[in-house]
Amino acid sequence: MNFWNDPLKVAADWLTGIFTSWGMNAVLANVLVAFLGVLILISILMVLDVFLVWIERKVVARFQDRLGPNRVGPFGLIQPFADIIKLLIKEDITPDGADKVVYNIAPLLSMMSVLILWAVVPLAPVILGVDLNIGVLFIIAAGSIGTLSIIMAGWSSNNKFSVIGAFRQVAVMVSFEIPMLAVLLIPTIFSGSMGMNTIIQSQNIWYVFLSPLAALIFLIAAIAELGRAPFDLAEGESELVSGYNIEYSGMKFGMFYAGELLHAFTFGGFWAIMFFGGYRFFGLEKVSPFLAIAIILFKALVGYWVIMWIKYTMMRIRIDQMLAFNWKFLTPVAFVLVMVTALMNTLLRGADNWLYITGMILSNIIIAWVSLEIVRLVSKKERERVEGVKVAEAHR
Amino acid sequence: MTGEQIIFLIVGTVTLISAFLVVTVRNLVHAALWLVATLFGVAIIYTLLNAGFLAVVQVVVYIGAIAILFIFAVMLTRRQAADTGTAVNKNWWAGALMAVFTFAGLTFLLLGWSGFSKQAAAIPSGFDAVNQLGGALTSPYGYVLPFEVASVLLLAALVGAVYLAFNKK
Repeated sequence: MNFWNDPLKVAADWLTGIFTSWGMNAVLANVLVAFLGVLILISILMVLDVFLVWIERKVVARFQDRLGPNRVGPFGLIQPFADIIKLLIKEDITPDGADKVVYNIAPLLSMMSVLILWAVVPLAPVILGVDLNIGVLFIIAAGSIGTLSIIMAGWSSNNKFSVIGAFRQVAVMVSFEIPMLAVLLIPTIFSGSMGMNTIIQSQNIWYVFLSPLAALIFLIAAIAELGRAPFDLAEGESELVSGYNIEYSGMKFGMFYAGELLHAFTFGGFWAIMFFGGYRFFGLEKVSPFLAIAIILFKALVGYWVIMWIKYTMMRIRIDQMLAFNWKFLTPVAFVLVMVTALMNTLLRGADNWLYITGMILSNIIIAWVSLEIVRLVSKKERERVEGVKVAEAHR
Repeated sequence: MTGEQIIFLIVGTVTLISAFLVVTVRNLVHAALWLVATLFGVAIIYTLLNAGFLAVVQVVVYIGAIAILFIFAVMLTRRQAADTGTAVNKNWWAGALMAVFTFAGLTFLLLGWSGFSKQAAAIPSGFDAVNQLGGALTSPYGYVLPFEVASVLLLAALVGAVYLAFNKK
């Protein structure tokens, strides 16, 4: 076993060897090495986060027919560092009547809820924090800590706008958690495990080809969980100025902002892991773990790009539209999809590969078609009720 | 003392202190936050017991639900939700006595149990606790009946809540 095949284990063994040769207790040395590993992963993520700011600004500029940052450094690459210096030297304001402890913990919790997700992300078959057998549920649990941080920020700021923003964010996150959890059960049904690594290993066919509807619902629920457009009503600049983070300045605001970008990138990664084969790409991941890392990062960036694409193309929807969309459309569809997938999986388990794939795709298409048809009928009725029968006749 | 015991003692102390603060702090929202800390401590204790699934469900269900409680605490009260009255009434000693007796009784029962002082057997490698739990909850020889009864109860509660909230036209 050499460094190029299993870098994490070799490096850990080497470091443990050094620590124990200093006369350190073996258990303590292991704890210290694990701690160093976490520190290195978080440092790399934070550096990546700096460049995500640059990527986000460049991409949004292209969507809006602008150039984006292009003055500081080649392609404006040093711009994020200038931004960081600006954020650090800004005056740090705590509003009057704010709940100081809660106010200061909230940005930390927000960042933590994102970084903790990377504990279960397998970057390569052998490079992963921990292969939890409940990895799928872990995502949802980390999300509920994120919800908590937003309410804490909104409540402790002593500002009506921020409280309203926090209310809205909780309404969004609590609602969209349900279709997301339901849809995350679909890779679990296919692979027979909730562990991320097993889900990737069993994707001989990317699950997006088995269940495209599930991939789409996961993307929608993920965007809602991130609180990005079209579900960014927690920030709603036109009504709430800036929502839950309105009173934060300097690096405390920076924590929320950087946390949001890294969260979007992370969910791009989860989308890739659940439905696009994670680090697998035509056997290239077997060549070297470093290649596997490059593949999963590339796929995560593609997912991130899709999320940005949607953010800068869609308009914000109202809270009642958002709740109606979730509870009357997305949740029932997700539940029906889970039930049908579980049933089909049991029926077709012994069947040929092509029969399995065709059956899955057909059931997905039928569910999508039937649900859209129901929506069409309901909206037609609603239009007739609002506009009067005659106008509806004229529309036809 | 093993590392696990040290972690258990730290987590247990933090959980007990925050549980005490839940009932003593004056600010309603702070009480909800301390409740979150308490439930998180319980989740860590589940992890120490190798019950990862229960720990994560604890975080999803309780911390996710406490968020809602928090929102209600903010919505139903004024900004400073601090109560100025006394926190205890004249029967506090009876409550304390009951608590002490319950604790003593439980300790007495556990001391009489043969498994109390034994070391737990090591979990064999490759043992999938989630798989076992899922099997036990759905197997007719396991706990399928209590599981289904609990599900029906929750469904009834859900239907009842919708009925109460439904605006009859």
